Amino acid sequence: MNGAATTINKETTLSDAVGRIEPGATVMVGGFMTVGTPENLVDELVRQGQARLRVVCNDAGTPGRGVGKLVRSGQIASFVTSHIGLNPEMGQAMTDGRVDVELVPQGTLAERIRSAGAGLGGFLTPTGVGTVVQEGKQVLSIDGRDYLLELPLRGHVALVRAQVADRMGNLRFYRSARNFNPLIAMACDYVIAQVDRIVDTGEIDPDSVMLPGILVDALVIATGEVNNG
Amino acid sequence: MAEERSRIARRVAMEFRDGQIVNLGIGMPTMAANFVPDDVTIVLQSENGFVGMGPSPEPGTEDPDLINAGNQYVTVLPGAAFFDSALSFAIIRGGHVDVTVLGALEVDELGNIASYIIPGKLVAGMGGAMDLCTGARRVIIAITHCDKRGNPKIRRRCTLPLTAVEEADLIVTDKAVIERTAEGLILREVATDSSVDEVVALTEATLIVPAEVGRFD
Repeated sequence: MNGAATTINKETTLSDAVGRIEPGATVMVGGFMTVGTPENLVDELVRQGQARLRVVCNDAGTPGRGVGKLVRSGQIASFVTSHIGLNPEMGQAMTDGRVDVELVPQGTLAERIRSAGAGLGGFLTPTGVGTVVQEGKQVLSIDGRDYLLELPLRGHVALVRAQVADRMGNLRFYRSARNFNPLIAMACDYVIAQVDRIVDTGEIDPDSVMLPGILVDALVIATGEVNNG
Repeated sequence: MAEERSRIARRVAMEFRDGQIVNLGIGMPTMAANFVPDDVTIVLQSENGFVGMGPSPEPGTEDPDLINAGNQYVTVLPGAAFFDSALSFAIIRGGHVDVTVLGALEVDELGNIASYIIPGKLVAGMGGAMDLCTGARRVIIAITHCDKRGNPKIRRRCTLPLTAVEEADLIVTDKAVIERTAEGLILREVATDSSVDEVVALTEATLIVPAEVGRFD
């Protein structure tokens, strides 16, 4: 027991980590307008070519960037998101019927993912009452106000980007790149984090850890663009 | 057009009160931050995960990991804090944002707002707008009075899919400031280069015109 934890090292290769994604899997991708999206992991997913994916991401990125790469490669069968406005290629794929797009209010998307990761059966939100978002959903009145019952959203694999990890997988995020990353790490069976650097276990002060390493399965060091703040 | 947009942003900024937490939507609403009066300090919330947003960075000093919800590089001020999207929207839905300012395609007599989709033409997605309209304590709609073809945006009833039901509190346009109340839409102010008659003519919704209507420019 003593000191055993410090021998854990979750660093792995890009191809092995992304190779865990099966065709048809539900893949959650961190990022907001590609800030916080692990581009190396997405590139590798494009290279490996797993098809018929269900992708969950706040937005569709931009053409050829972030999730936009998976739109272009044709690997996405269905997409759960809050916004596709900055990627006309996703708009076209939706219009052509190549991708089935489910639009979810951003706060509801975040909370559905959080609910899955927190073991909840769903939650009640006033967001979307009286709009198309309400269609097919149970409406409950609590203290005179109407709420929609929204259900948890789980995934098989999470593609996370963080700034720093220790070898156990404890993560620190940087600036507005945090967004959905800690949430998807809670809600998926296998969690891959692309990080700018890996430090020895113990080097991140426990009070400064933003996502506990027990929720992270694999670490991959970023290549190319790295923002070290 | 640029002049109309700054006029709207300038008038919106007069609504801010010292100490308020404010979320500004993309476009004209974001411009309102440039016109906050000197004696008013507001804290800007950005729904992608922080409070304490500052102005645009000097060219060459942009941080690629620091954008606002409109995908523009920004800075943060002393006292800023970053958080994840679940906390960000808990702040929004939980009533911790005092004011949100949003653009819209249509707004109506009941305060209904349509802003995210034109079926068959434009599918952008609602992003955070539904949560913001529902959760913020006060919703200000910043729009040009008419669309590019001259059609009124302030309708009796919205014809497009709704972003939120009965949530608009104030409508600021290049021609008028209109308050939504239980009695209906009240015309509070008209622009100095417009008139009550013109505003009424360019508004499909019924406007209640009080004896005193203010002016703004």
